[in-house]
Amino acid sequence: MDYSQFLAMKQEIGLLVVFLVVFLYDVFMPRKGVAADGRAYVKGTSLVAVISFAIFTAACFLCPCIYEPASAFGDMYVTTAVAATIKNILNVGVLIVLIQAMRWADSDIQVVRRGEFYQLLLITLFGMYLMMSGRHFLLFIIGLESASLPLAAMVALDKHRHESTEAAIKYILTACFSSAIFMMGLSFVYGLTGSLYFVDIASALSTQASTGLLTIAIGFVMAGIGFKLSLVPFHLWTGDVYQGAPTSVTSYLSVISKGATAFAFVVVMVQVFGQFYTAAWEWMLYALIILTITVGNLFAIRQRNMKRFLAFSSVSQAGYIMLGVIGVNEMALAALIFYVLVYIFSNLAAFGVIQAIENKTGLVDMDSYRGLCRTNPRLSFCMMLAMFSLAGIPPFAGFFSKFFIFTGALNQGSVAMYVLVLIALINTIISLYYYLLVVKAMYISPDECKVPAFKSATSERIGLVITVAGVIFLGLVSCIYDSILALCGVA
Amino acid sequence: MEATIPVLILAMPLLMFLFLGLFGKFLSPRVSGIIGTAGMGVVLLMCYYTAYVYFFSGSPEFINAEGNRLQAIICNVDWLQFTDNLIIRLGFLLDPISAMMLVVISTISFMVHLYSNGYMRDHHGVYERGFQRFYAFLALFSFSMLGLVVATNIFQMYIFWELVGASSYLLIGFYFTKPSAVAASKKAFIVTRFADLGFLIGILVLSYYTGTFNFTDMTSVPVAGMNDVYAVSAETATGVFNIFQSKAAAGFMGCSVMTWALVLIFMGGMGKSAMMPLHIWLPDAMEGPTPVSALIHAATMVVAGVYLVARLFPLFLVNAEFGGYALDVVTWVGAITAAYAAMVACTQLDIKRVLAFSTISQIAFMMVSLGVSREEFHNLGYMASMFHLFTHAMFKALLFLGAGALIHAVGSNDYTDMHGLRKHMPITHITFLIGCLSIAGIIPFSGFFSKDEILSSCFGNSIFAYVWMSAVAALTAFYMFRLYFLIFWWKEHKVHEGHHAPKDQPWTMTLPLIILAVVATLCGLIPFGNYVTWDGHPYDFMAHFNWTIAGISLAVAVIAILVAARMYKTENPLPAKMRQAMPRLWDWCRNRFYFDELYMFITHKIIFDKICRPIAWFDRHIIDGTMDGLATITNKASYAIRGLQSGNTQNYVWVYLIGALALGGVTVAVIFLFC
Repeated sequence: MDYSQFLAMKQEIGLLVVFLVVFLYDVFMPRKGVAADGRAYVKGTSLVAVISFAIFTAACFLCPCIYEPASAFGDMYVTTAVAATIKNILNVGVLIVLIQAMRWADSDIQVVRRGEFYQLLLITLFGMYLMMSGRHFLLFIIGLESASLPLAAMVALDKHRHESTEAAIKYILTACFSSAIFMMGLSFVYGLTGSLYFVDIASALSTQASTGLLTIAIGFVMAGIGFKLSLVPFHLWTGDVYQGAPTSVTSYLSVISKGATAFAFVVVMVQVFGQFYTAAWEWMLYALIILTITVGNLFAIRQRNMKRFLAFSSVSQAGYIMLGVIGVNEMALAALIFYVLVYIFSNLAAFGVIQAIENKTGLVDMDSYRGLCRTNPRLSFCMMLAMFSLAGIPPFAGFFSKFFIFTGALNQGSVAMYVLVLIALINTIISLYYYLLVVKAMYISPDECKVPAFKSATSERIGLVITVAGVIFLGLVSCIYDSILALCGVA
Repeated sequence: MEATIPVLILAMPLLMFLFLGLFGKFLSPRVSGIIGTAGMGVVLLMCYYTAYVYFFSGSPEFINAEGNRLQAIICNVDWLQFTDNLIIRLGFLLDPISAMMLVVISTISFMVHLYSNGYMRDHHGVYERGFQRFYAFLALFSFSMLGLVVATNIFQMYIFWELVGASSYLLIGFYFTKPSAVAASKKAFIVTRFADLGFLIGILVLSYYTGTFNFTDMTSVPVAGMNDVYAVSAETATGVFNIFQSKAAAGFMGCSVMTWALVLIFMGGMGKSAMMPLHIWLPDAMEGPTPVSALIHAATMVVAGVYLVARLFPLFLVNAEFGGYALDVVTWVGAITAAYAAMVACTQLDIKRVLAFSTISQIAFMMVSLGVSREEFHNLGYMASMFHLFTHAMFKALLFLGAGALIHAVGSNDYTDMHGLRKHMPITHITFLIGCLSIAGIIPFSGFFSKDEILSSCFGNSIFAYVWMSAVAALTAFYMFRLYFLIFWWKEHKVHEGHHAPKDQPWTMTLPLIILAVVATLCGLIPFGNYVTWDGHPYDFMAHFNWTIAGISLAVAVIAILVAARMYKTENPLPAKMRQAMPRLWDWCRNRFYFDELYMFITHKIIFDKICRPIAWFDRHIIDGTMDGLATITNKASYAIRGLQSGNTQNYVWVYLIGALALGGVTVAVIFLFC
């Protein structure tokens, strides 16, 4: 075997190095710190993790060789400039998540097992990389599983809260079921085509007529990936898991996992089924998008818990992301990438505020946010910007990302797409209602605020500054979208 | 000419506005008053310098070898470029009328700035609330008005046109705690904005057909028998001329498009210059501080309509040449307004309202004068109009500032509170008398010359116009002296218990009065025709002076003054008898011919009740109802599906399975059934 093939996987190797640094540091450094319950822990793990990951992120951005197309293992693994960019974008998101999680990870309860958090997180990210770059379903499944199973452990990290454990159990049960369905679909595909290579499947399918079995197989594959994206009706785990998981894990789940899967979804659909069975899978996706956006919104309206509320909001946002998949062209793909980028920043801004308040007071109810602007004006302001961006109010980034994704979808020009965008627009208005509920609670409600005025930790502040800057500038600095568009046009 | 000073003329007041507006709060009123006045003094000097250079330097830029004055564009920057042709520029145009207007605006503005230092404080010297704001607004107005007159294109003019409207709104409503002032400012803004709608449509129509915004391109049209000295190029000139010729045929409702364009543009002028029937805002605008009335509502802004017609005068002439009615509209509107306003002015109690109606009437004189400028009277009418604009600015500002001094001393706007003030306020008395003599047209005061020229050009147009305008001139003399006698004579002034007797005001207020009185006396002697004519060609009006007309108008004025003296010099029952002799007419005049009531009827009873209410109902019930319905449905649906999220993992898996099967199954079924 030619081991030099591994060099094609530059980002994966980099990530592995970061993982090893964190792992070795956490395992072999002397345990000098003493936690509240008397257990010893390694000091500085968080800092090592954040700094090494930051270096890795910066290196990936700056090194031009990352963007060169490459492949390995007989084309099981393929990377392109677009994939590299997506990975870089996700890296930025992960970096923000890590920064925001520091306060939680360093808390008295978590500090002894924070190493696990960082290691598991990096492993799942590694899995997502494989998902996005895999061109063979075996590699894809390895990626999918290593992006799923460690997540269950992460969800359970808050061992002292039984919701956390419950969420983990629900997550792992439904995830296993979903994987089973997914693999069943794949086995149908394998039976029909005799290969698990994307290219081979596509070429085999091109010579045979559509069958019922194949359509059902596509449906199963879509369900399997739709589970991770929490598309309706595969989304039911979302509310419970997002609510139960530690908030840092929730934010990771809601943006990074979703963004990576969205891109993997595009790859699978376009490369495997795209050319020849467009009508079938696009209509399925069409129905899923309408369901996802609408049902997500309808559930989000009723939520009082901020994490659960953002869970359903993220369900509905996933529907918008899928608009970029259904309009298969360069512009739609660029819009999708941009949407994910903006979504990462907007959602992380919201989660940053939630984490800051939860770490300080333990409150996550929307009711406890009433009158927040009087005790914590800056946090309220960040939250307001995040909500505005998620709702798509100009001039914040969310407006532009929605605008581009709608434009990309409309570029197809069919009546069905106009109807779809119209439904999406109506849902945007509905979403405006619940996003503004938060703003109303913070700014207009006359009640005394349960959250006292406090000073948030430095790490939380850094995270908020980065995300809020993103919310404000991502849309206005037009060159960002232009460069993504150029990249997709080339690819 | 270097562009530095012209640009500074505009930049100075703007900077003053920003400075006083933003930092005025941190300055004492006294300091901000001094800054404002000093700044305006500098602008005054720069304007004088610019006008001096334009008229007297003899530079080939401004005057050609034959002695014709030229239009000169000092600077012009592309501000908004929409297409290759559609460019909006901002620039500085110097020609006879803009140079003259620079002098008028800066002079009056400076006087008002100076005067307000005294006027805007009470008898104990305490400054009024918002004194700094007042100066900021005055600076804004000066900036806008200066920008308006030097506009190089009609769009720039429109921009500044709206800016003067806005600053007028701000200044009328300066006493914003007084409901009547707020109502007046709103009224002024809405009425003039309504008129400006016509202006804007006119601009668009005109520019659409002529293909240009620039005044130099538009007004360089050759008119038969006239030297086209403004022509920038023969091509554009002929181009515009040809456009008018080709569009001369009736286009819409019996008039050519060009007539429509000019009439609509004139509608904007009617609004700003308070021509009937859009005059209703000006009397109410007197709610503003009196210096503001002097500056904006007597001398400068209200003549913008006249200026606009003068600016586009060649187009009006070409239009008339091809049988268009635009110039006739100007004449008739002017003639009717002049008579109407003069009649109303005879019956008002409030001295500022008398002056307001007098202003309307005098502006109408200028309009008529432009309107009758036909054939061989091109030069005379146009020149007379501009001359009257100039002299009127001086003596009407003088009268208003005098009225301000009276109001300040007495504390009331009604002449019934004034009577017999001549001994108490000698300076105000003399200067006010000079103003009255001037407006009445007594030789050698300035009004005599300008009004005489207007009457001469009317005479040249038709005997009817001449008689009509002479009658109005007689009425003018009558109501002005009625006012004069009622304020300063009639009976001895009664000083109420505990009040001081009224006396002349501090020097900041009397000095402008004296200066303006001197100017109003002497400025009639300026050989105006040498400087301002429509085609830049000097016109020696003394050579065309008609002593018969002058004599007649003088005699008419003297008779009117004598009648006024007989009726109002001492307390007597004659005015009451007059009133009883024609009660109907008096009532109509007293109530301004019920124009306000008519407008109220149209807006409230017809527009609000018949049009707006049904639309409001539609909005409230149909549109809002639909939205509310959608919200209700959303809410109900959200409530209905809540059971899906049971928290039960088995259920989740079931839903998942059904979903996955349905996804494939339904698609298969659909394909099977329909394909």
